[in-house]
Amino acid sequence: MSNKMTMPTRRSVLSGMAAGGALLATGLTPRFVQAQSSAPIKLGFQLHRTGIGAAYGRWYERTATAALKVLNDQGGIGGRPVEIVFEDDGTDPARGAEVFGKLATQANCDLVYGALFSHVVVGTAPRAAELKVPYLVCSEGHHVASGMLNRWTLQPGITDVKSQVQSMAPWVTQNLGKKVTMVFPDYAFGHDHRDFFTAAVQAQGGEVIRQIAIPPTETSFTRYFPQIPADTEVLYHVMVGPAVLTFVKELGEFYGTGDRPQIFGFIDSLEAVNIASPGLEFLEGTHFWEGHNRNKQADASEAETFYRTAVGVDDTGASVSDANEVSTYAHMFSAWETLFTIKDAMEAAGYQGPADRQKFVEALEAMTSFAEGNDHPQGDLSFNGKTHQAFGHQNISKVEGGKLIRVHRTSLEDGYYPDEVDYTTQSF
Amino acid sequence: MSLGSIFLLALLEGLVSASVLALTASGLSLVFGIMRVVNVAHGEFFMLGAVIAWFVSHWVGGPPAVAFVLALGVAPLVVGGIAALADTLVLKRLNYEPEATIVATIGLLYILQQGALSLFGPNALPVPAPFDLRLQLIGFGYSGYKLAVIAAAVVILLSLWLILTHTRIGLVMRATQIDRNTARAFGINVDRVYAMVFAMGAGLAAIAAVLIVPIQQAHYLMGADPLLLSFSVVIIGGLGSLRGTVVAALLIGMVDQVIPIFLPVVLPDYGAYFTPTLAKILATLVVALVLVFRPQGLFGKRHA
Repeated sequence: MSNKMTMPTRRSVLSGMAAGGALLATGLTPRFVQAQSSAPIKLGFQLHRTGIGAAYGRWYERTATAALKVLNDQGGIGGRPVEIVFEDDGTDPARGAEVFGKLATQANCDLVYGALFSHVVVGTAPRAAELKVPYLVCSEGHHVASGMLNRWTLQPGITDVKSQVQSMAPWVTQNLGKKVTMVFPDYAFGHDHRDFFTAAVQAQGGEVIRQIAIPPTETSFTRYFPQIPADTEVLYHVMVGPAVLTFVKELGEFYGTGDRPQIFGFIDSLEAVNIASPGLEFLEGTHFWEGHNRNKQADASEAETFYRTAVGVDDTGASVSDANEVSTYAHMFSAWETLFTIKDAMEAAGYQGPADRQKFVEALEAMTSFAEGNDHPQGDLSFNGKTHQAFGHQNISKVEGGKLIRVHRTSLEDGYYPDEVDYTTQSF
Repeated sequence: MSLGSIFLLALLEGLVSASVLALTASGLSLVFGIMRVVNVAHGEFFMLGAVIAWFVSHWVGGPPAVAFVLALGVAPLVVGGIAALADTLVLKRLNYEPEATIVATIGLLYILQQGALSLFGPNALPVPAPFDLRLQLIGFGYSGYKLAVIAAAVVILLSLWLILTHTRIGLVMRATQIDRNTARAFGINVDRVYAMVFAMGAGLAAIAAVLIVPIQQAHYLMGADPLLLSFSVVIIGGLGSLRGTVVAALLIGMVDQVIPIFLPVVLPDYGAYFTPTLAKILATLVVALVLVFRPQGLFGKRHA
């Protein structure tokens, strides 16, 4: 009998078929429930350990591991210890869906979290709905709040791009200029930037005069720069992938010592890159968005210091063991904060095991805000249960003396926009 | 930027692409021309060259120029050694049967790629340029190092040509290419020639990578693009023809840069269509046309 159950189950995992997923869920759940009473809570982590997101993956793993230690030292979740099972998705959507299935059904994780790259999130989310396993993403993409995904997919640990760019556009147009040229990666995440920043600039009376899309796997960038119109006042850049250092270096080479527009970049173009690298001197005086300030600011909170120490990051945002190993500081806080939000939601739901997964989602949907503190060192956030999206503060920093110094911090309200979906009306 | 300076930029970028491509593709062409082996792992030898350059510059320290020159020597030797080993241990035992060697080099591709991932990790590894010189041309700045890459590639390709046409080793290699059985009958150790050619082909890819890595960084997945483009170059130029390889590399390098740089400025309304992806599509289309209408390539000789 048991053979009869496992045979189709294995095959369905390999083929990733929807029907197979349902079989798995019904086939394996009862066994887990019987075994879970004293078992630790197991969280799956969909990790970009390899592929184009590897620089993020390395730091997401460290951050989540550090957060897990703090969480378990505090007594875990509901008195039970917590484990995180990390699984590499190669920053690939197809593998992302497989990894999700593996974590949910073979490793028997209570939920899965941690994915950043939006194409992986979009590729994985349908699997979460099939398996009815909560999927908490850290991706910034607007796909959660846009209604594109499903009731099982939530983003409580980081603000989406639409909110980020909308909250910052007024500062950019008022302080840097109104004629903007955008350079962005040519996939879902970059398209969010393209669509929402263009709209936000228009709302401020400015204009995006050119949009330059670059494939995220590109390795040579100079050839894109001549398209930047000469009357550009602000160059808005956001780039991802292993070649970001080449991107900023070639941008600096291109402008050389000649005239250049104001430059406003998303720190994504510089994540895990030492700003003191040769060839980046031109960034002095330019501005960056930072989700979380890489350089410890003069007014840093105690929670900020606690978080830096726990993760092992120094005041410049580099690893304490190697000053050249720069973190993905602006983003990785979401791997920390999401874990503590999971704890709060599980405790609020009285979570016992996989049978309570729906209760967990409902409890999280009922939450409205997360207070600043050790659990949320980046700052307070509000959470919209209907759109499954968190809204936090954004920082604009200026490069001064090789350091990123914050010059503006948005309010939560700056980032609000009308709801585009109500997931709570959808069935589980 | 004036039209003239944009054209100059496109020309320079095209020459840099073409130089690196010509070096990489000449390695592939050499291996196919002499050994009749379609080396699918060629891009990984390129990647290994870049990663070794990082390793050398990371562990040797000192001024970037010293580490770079050292890498320029070490990388092709190590990569060539690995290639010679792969030839002796694998390809030779398959008697260089075309189908078997393709499958074997696909296996080699994964072994090298995942080996680099395991040993050096998934991150992009930066290598400092041997010198830091920026030229301010009319309307744009340009890296002096990129010009040095073009010069270095020209020197290396000329040396390769001299080796092939004016040395005893070159004579032996050409003899083996024309007829390996007759060459063997004349006392040439064909096995050794093959190992040497395979090592040389890989070494050329490694040199190309060392030259490009201060611009691009080393990464374990960086081998795919050079492989695809090298195949295009070799097919267009004619397998085994060094002259054809250089001409085709220039053609593809220029198409790859001029289309996305120059055309969007000349035709701004259609600018969004002239992407590097379109350039790749066109290059691949040319490959298909050459295969249909002139399968021996522009400069290749038709084999009976």
